[in-house]
Amino acid sequence: MYERVRQSPDFLELRRKFRSFVFPLTAGFLFWYLLYVVMSAWARGFMGHVLFGKVNVALVFGLLQFVSTFVIAWWYERYSSSKLDPLSEKVREEATGL
Amino acid sequence: MSHETLAITLFVIFVGFTLFLTLRASRQTKDATDYYAGGRNFSPIQNGLAIGGDYMSAASFLGIAGIIALSGYDGFLYSIGFLVAWLVALLLVAELLRNSGRFTMADVLAFRMSPRPVRTAAGVSTIVVSVFYLLAQMVGAGALVALLFGLTSDAAKALTIVAVGALMIIYVVVGGMKGTTWVQIVKAVLLMTGAALITLLVLGHYGFNFSEMLGKAAEQSGKGDKFLEPGLKYGTDAQGLEGKLDLISLGLALVLGTAGLPHILIRFYTVPTAKDARKSVLWGIGIIGVFYLLTLVLGFGAAALVGSKEIAKSNAAGNTAAPLLAEKIGDIVFGSTGGTILLAFIAAVAFATILAVVAGLTLASSSSVAHDLYAHVIRKGQATEKEEVRVAKISAFVIGAIAIVLGIFAQKLNVAFLVALAFAVAASGNLPAILYSLFWKRFNTQGAVSAIYGGLGSAMLLVFFSPVVSGKGAGADGKSLSLFPADVDFHWFPLDNPGLVSIPIGFLCGYLGTILSKEYNAQKYAEMEVRSLTGIGAEKATPH
Repeated sequence: MYERVRQSPDFLELRRKFRSFVFPLTAGFLFWYLLYVVMSAWARGFMGHVLFGKVNVALVFGLLQFVSTFVIAWWYERYSSSKLDPLSEKVREEATGL
Repeated sequence: MSHETLAITLFVIFVGFTLFLTLRASRQTKDATDYYAGGRNFSPIQNGLAIGGDYMSAASFLGIAGIIALSGYDGFLYSIGFLVAWLVALLLVAELLRNSGRFTMADVLAFRMSPRPVRTAAGVSTIVVSVFYLLAQMVGAGALVALLFGLTSDAAKALTIVAVGALMIIYVVVGGMKGTTWVQIVKAVLLMTGAALITLLVLGHYGFNFSEMLGKAAEQSGKGDKFLEPGLKYGTDAQGLEGKLDLISLGLALVLGTAGLPHILIRFYTVPTAKDARKSVLWGIGIIGVFYLLTLVLGFGAAALVGSKEIAKSNAAGNTAAPLLAEKIGDIVFGSTGGTILLAFIAAVAFATILAVVAGLTLASSSSVAHDLYAHVIRKGQATEKEEVRVAKISAFVIGAIAIVLGIFAQKLNVAFLVALAFAVAASGNLPAILYSLFWKRFNTQGAVSAIYGGLGSAMLLVFFSPVVSGKGAGADGKSLSLFPADVDFHWFPLDNPGLVSIPIGFLCGYLGTILSKEYNAQKYAEMEVRSLTGIGAEKATPH
């Protein structure tokens, strides 16, 4: 039964949509995070550059990691509930005949 | 009333209330699904709060605020790693794990493999990671009583550890996952309330001008603007290249470790569907993210208002920064009674924090002993649910007792590295096995076993021969900075954190182990792939 579902066009579409979203996004946020860590280690002059008041690049870069995390989480939720959930429900209904 | 009496009173109220919830939960705990997974009936918000309560340890609360208060910006690096890590759990793990597993991490790893070797490996790794983490928290509890109540005698510390251990055993044995979850929910609400209250008061004191507070913190730290930049604690110029690589190594372990922590993974089983697991991680990310932003204010606020020197005098690692700040800002805003009340509240919250985390760790490790090692390895799947749950309760008791004894024994040792080590082991052994399992068709038994033992073994071996175990010499107070006495030195691995080397080793072992064995189960992979993405055949919630 599972092998049959796995070959069905809807399931293949679901898997493609899931993977083509999460894999690049994971690579993206890991790169963005590692860039931050690497710059904290080696680009100290740049990180210490003051932007306004006592707020420097390092602080803003760190806070941007929070912003990107929140945005990616929100974006994934929106993508899942509009694109992935309906597809996976469809596959489930077809497979179990409900 | 002194702050000690008040703190103990508040803590007793917390314990009384959570014990009441635990007893209520125990009456609703009838079968294995209730005990291990809380009947899978928690809502996304409840589980999101519990995720926060499970994850935000005393190391996060007191530790990060302390590092920021003493070394400035570098403490923030920890917060960011701990938060970004949740995206790995959200995008790659939470929903798929909820759909394909049952009670433990090993359920997913053993899904399409030969069960006994894989469950043995996953069980060993679960216990190692959880016990390291548990030990760090227990030692922290002993240190906390000394910090907050001035009780520095060994007897007082030992008594605290016994009390914390006994409570944790009661929560887990009596309440199972339901009881533990409620403890974590209550703790998360208290911790967020306490941190938010102090943050508001501190920011209000500076006219809600964050930049002004930073300026004051930099001035009071005695380090000037360097205090607001990375590099005072990790990868300092004096440490050279090794220090910088160590920072990268720590960053990697933090961001990749979370999605491999067994006590976090089992939280995804406590909701009805994969969609709810996803939504609970979203809540978790929101709560944890806000908490770390608050910690930033607590840390810099403590440096600005209390002063780094004052904090370092109270505790060399800075762990008293948040409580001292609570007392100070209470004094300023409400007078000395206000200071006493706020200090007492934060002290009680700190103990509640430890209790919720150690309960989660004890539950995760005892579940793995019962479900993986006992039911599937020893009894080969022939144990009844009733026998399994009984073994789980006995294991919780035994693991709790071991943690108490080790905690007392380790009281005088420098075990600050244990939390980072737990993350490194989780990232090096568990995460490769989980990701390969979920996404790589060809992955097989030998691959899973190699990834776990390779990652776990290399992380432990490298740490054993690293400066955290021997070779750092003595600190200003004459105590050894390493685990071993100051005059012992057998280290050859230059970094404190093994992740930079052990994480690639874990992934490589998983890959080599797989391709060197011809075995793999295509049929079971089809089942797992369909099940993980669609929820067909996934475990259902217990009806109310």
